Amino acid sequence: MIDKIKHSLEDAIAPLQDGASIMVSGFGEAGIPFELLRAVLDKGLRDLTIISNNAGTHEVGIAGLIKAKRVRKIVCSHPRPINSETFLAAYRAGEVELECMPQGTLAERLRAAGSGLGPFFTPTGYGTLVAEGKEQRVIDGKGYILEQPLHGDFALVRAHLGDRWGNLTYRWAARNFGPVMCMAAKHSIVQVNRVVALGDLPPEQVMTPGIFVQAVVAVGGER
Amino acid sequence: MSRTHTKQSSAQALQPESYKPLSRNEIAYLVAHDFPDGAVVNLGIGMPTLVADFLPADREILLQSENGILGMGGAASGADIDLDIINASRTPVVLLPGASITEHTIAFAMMRGGHLDYSVLGGFQVAENGDLANWLTAGPDAIAAIGGAMDLAVGAREVIVMMEHVTKDQTPKLLPACTYPLTAAGVVNTIYTDLAIIDVTPSGFVLRAILEGLTVETLAKKTGATLAISDKLTVIRRNAQGEPVYKAV
Repeated sequence: MIDKIKHSLEDAIAPLQDGASIMVSGFGEAGIPFELLRAVLDKGLRDLTIISNNAGTHEVGIAGLIKAKRVRKIVCSHPRPINSETFLAAYRAGEVELECMPQGTLAERLRAAGSGLGPFFTPTGYGTLVAEGKEQRVIDGKGYILEQPLHGDFALVRAHLGDRWGNLTYRWAARNFGPVMCMAAKHSIVQVNRVVALGDLPPEQVMTPGIFVQAVVAVGGER
Repeated sequence: MSRTHTKQSSAQALQPESYKPLSRNEIAYLVAHDFPDGAVVNLGIGMPTLVADFLPADREILLQSENGILGMGGAASGADIDLDIINASRTPVVLLPGASITEHTIAFAMMRGGHLDYSVLGGFQVAENGDLANWLTAGPDAIAAIGGAMDLAVGAREVIVMMEHVTKDQTPKLLPACTYPLTAAGVVNTIYTDLAIIDVTPSGFVLRAILEGLTVETLAKKTGATLAISDKLTVIRRNAQGEPVYKAV
């Protein structure tokens, strides 16, 4: 029998270790797995590499980990949308490293990792600082830079509904990076608003098939 | 540069610098009304977001948002606010009938794959060869923030930049070459500023429309690179409702 349901946040994140690279879903505050991130903080993990679109807001989620000095490096596309003061202060104090890349390149590097692809050429960033240190090539008159797949040890993802095989749906635009991070990480841990019985999710409406998911934990709430 | 202020009234001739720069909302109004019916458009964060408030009701203009939404409406209020439905600026929005939502790689395939008709971006600087700088200033305290700007600048069929014509200390933002790090090279098609609309052509900047009351000489001084003048030059004036409209010269 396949049963990926975990009955506590602590059980769900049990495999995480110090020094892990962790993908975190979400765009702005939509799709951020706040409860899982709180459990990571409570577990006392440190020296983490966080791969996410942003660098956390206020003093919760990723920002809570940064404030507690648990994050060695942030890999993201935009570390300073509104309410990002926690990251900015830590970065200016030299407490956290930053690797910043175009958002589409972040998504595509994750897709490459999850799809078994090697490096790929993209025109995004050609002729800019993003191209520095990377292989560049002009093909049919258009410039490209070579980008590498982005692998990670774990993904922490927020979804809406999940079943014991790990099939998932997401609410509205909280889907964003969830599906591709589940594909790209070696071990994907998903918090859902509600666990449903196997067969309750219409097969054609499953957004992340369970093969990409290792753990599902219910946190309640409809948001 | 020979065609200048030939139609100025005597009052304007006495006071040639009598003009009121376009507000951010007025620039957004002009951009919104220049889209054709059926256009698919991405509005970047900052000033471009305002364009959504001025889209003409008699055209279907489809807004795409980098977080996976196609068919985005205006800002949500009251009971319509759902924090899982936000735009690229993290503001809650509503969805139009016919909207769709997808995950991030598909959202960026729309942007990077040439499926958008227009990308509207803010700008720090634009060069006469179409180079755009809008993600990182040269200051020692500058922190990188790219977001979707590089993808949008490279992937959309047309790139429109909205920005003030000069900086707060009056330094031109339209230049022979950008001094800030580039977002993308040679991509900008048109620039809407608080003073003018300027096309970027293979031969450089070409003035398409100029604010009423502003002389071409003054505009040229506020522009850091050579400014040619379109033979279809129009004037931007405010109509009786206070809306910015074009008037033939």
